[in-house]
Amino acid sequence: MPKERIRAYAWEIPVRLTHWINFVCIVALIVTGFYIGNPYAHAYSSSQYIMGWIRFVHFTAAYFFLMSLVIRIYWAFAGNRYASWRVWLLLTKQQWQDFWGALKFYLFLSKHPPCAVGHTAIAGFTYFFVFILFGWQILSGFALHSLTHTGPLWFYLGGWLTGMMHMQTIRLYHHMATYVIISFAVAHVYIAWYLTLKERNGLMGSIFDGYKFVTGKEWE
Amino acid sequence: MDCSGKHDVVSSEGTIYESLLKKGFSRRDFLKLCTTLTATLSLPAPFVSRIAEALETKKKPILVWLEFQDCAGNSEALLRATKPTVGEIVLDTLSIEYHETIMAAAGHQAEKSLADVVANHKGNYIAAVEGSIPMKDGGVHCCIGGRSALEIAREVCGNAMATIAMGTCACFGGIPAAAPNPTEAVGVSAAVPNIPVVNLSGCPVNAENITATVVHLLTFGTLPALDKFNRPLFAYGKRIHDNCERRAHFDAGQYVRRWGDEGHREGWCLYEMGCKGPETFKNCPRIKYNDGTNWPVGSGHGCIGCAEPAFWDRMTPFYERLPQPPGFGVEATADKVGLGVAAVTGAAIVAHGIGRMISGKNTRED
Repeated sequence: MPKERIRAYAWEIPVRLTHWINFVCIVALIVTGFYIGNPYAHAYSSSQYIMGWIRFVHFTAAYFFLMSLVIRIYWAFAGNRYASWRVWLLLTKQQWQDFWGALKFYLFLSKHPPCAVGHTAIAGFTYFFVFILFGWQILSGFALHSLTHTGPLWFYLGGWLTGMMHMQTIRLYHHMATYVIISFAVAHVYIAWYLTLKERNGLMGSIFDGYKFVTGKEWE
Repeated sequence: MDCSGKHDVVSSEGTIYESLLKKGFSRRDFLKLCTTLTATLSLPAPFVSRIAEALETKKKPILVWLEFQDCAGNSEALLRATKPTVGEIVLDTLSIEYHETIMAAAGHQAEKSLADVVANHKGNYIAAVEGSIPMKDGGVHCCIGGRSALEIAREVCGNAMATIAMGTCACFGGIPAAAPNPTEAVGVSAAVPNIPVVNLSGCPVNAENITATVVHLLTFGTLPALDKFNRPLFAYGKRIHDNCERRAHFDAGQYVRRWGDEGHREGWCLYEMGCKGPETFKNCPRIKYNDGTNWPVGSGHGCIGCAEPAFWDRMTPFYERLPQPPGFGVEATADKVGLGVAAVTGAAIVAHGIGRMISGKNTRED
């Protein structure tokens, strides 16, 4: 029973671009990060430079990731309403209603999928925590980097943390946060796929071309 | 007490140079020693003559060595020096007025010599402290001559020109301060705040670093530049991992995976065996131990991070890369917990999918 749908432009270019830069960076960071934590492939000759290159990729990807986040945070203030920082927080009564509505749907208590042109209330709120998680990874990453990089710049970027937390504690939480990000990624893709089927709103495709198909009610 | 200004370290007899000549040092040996100390202090070559001048002219400093909750391992590290070395400078050519392990005096006679130093050389002697100071129950868990370690430290370190904390226990509490820390042990600077303390951490301390610190005090009249844990930057400014003789194997990707495997026999990197070189700051790779004979990594064992605060709690397990996650059993590693989290997420998704399949609500019904 196809309803009349409006083709709505939800995700502007910076949103899509940073999403895919994040994706590439996070995959690279996870793969290289696990190698650094536990070097699973061994060199057969001392003239190789496996750990050296792996660390190079890890640090480079981290800088790309950071810049991508900077752009995305800028766009949270400069972009359209669906990219706004407001959707990351439950500020209005409507957002709370949407939040409980979406939660009920995921827990099989409701048959109505959450509908939104932008993020659903749960998704927005989740991204708030995901951004905190990303921020922790960057901060703790710089803190660990400051062990060899001395000077005021590195101190302000993360070196100050080593005065408050033990280096091994920072390392442990940097490592464990990776698993939380992996768990998020799994849930993120599943829910996106699931909602695409349920809502038939082109959610999965929207991150490529920016358009979602929404009913008139949602567009209001 | 202010240690930024110039001080003259007063002593009863002669200079360090004179003592060395009496011990049979030649002028050449003396200058070699000065060069070694200049290098240990990470100073450029022109400073050799300045250090030589200081050792020739400044009177021998008075030093008292206090032992609290310790194993005397730092004293042993000095005593085990085999040839006329920097270690000997500290023991033989400094004017050591009190050292429980090596002094001849005993009982009240020994305690009197300590009291005499504090009374007669107030502000002009160096206090060396070995071992941690218990704070629980007013400090009764470590008493010497009827007085608590805390009381002695307050008096002796409080009146010293500077205090040198010898070894990790005196610096940060060390092993006595490891969880659950039954005596509430702390390092000197925590027990006696607001006094000038140089922390020479490590288990044990290196004789070279002690001598270099004392010589810095003699030559320049000030404490050396310190890091955030009050450790001299000349000895604790660089990470072990960055100066390690096995670093090339780390970058190449050649690691020891089991004790005694081929990589271990080839002298590869001990990173996978839990080496804490990447989080430990000390000059071990450069000056080593026992007169520069060897150091842990050189003998095929990873660094355990003994020079860092809380090493017994946070650098453990010594043979794993990461510490244990808090709130889990001793067998849990970060990876097991992480895989658990990922597995729970996967399971939740599968359950959700199956739940939807069973409920059969596959179409939107609004």
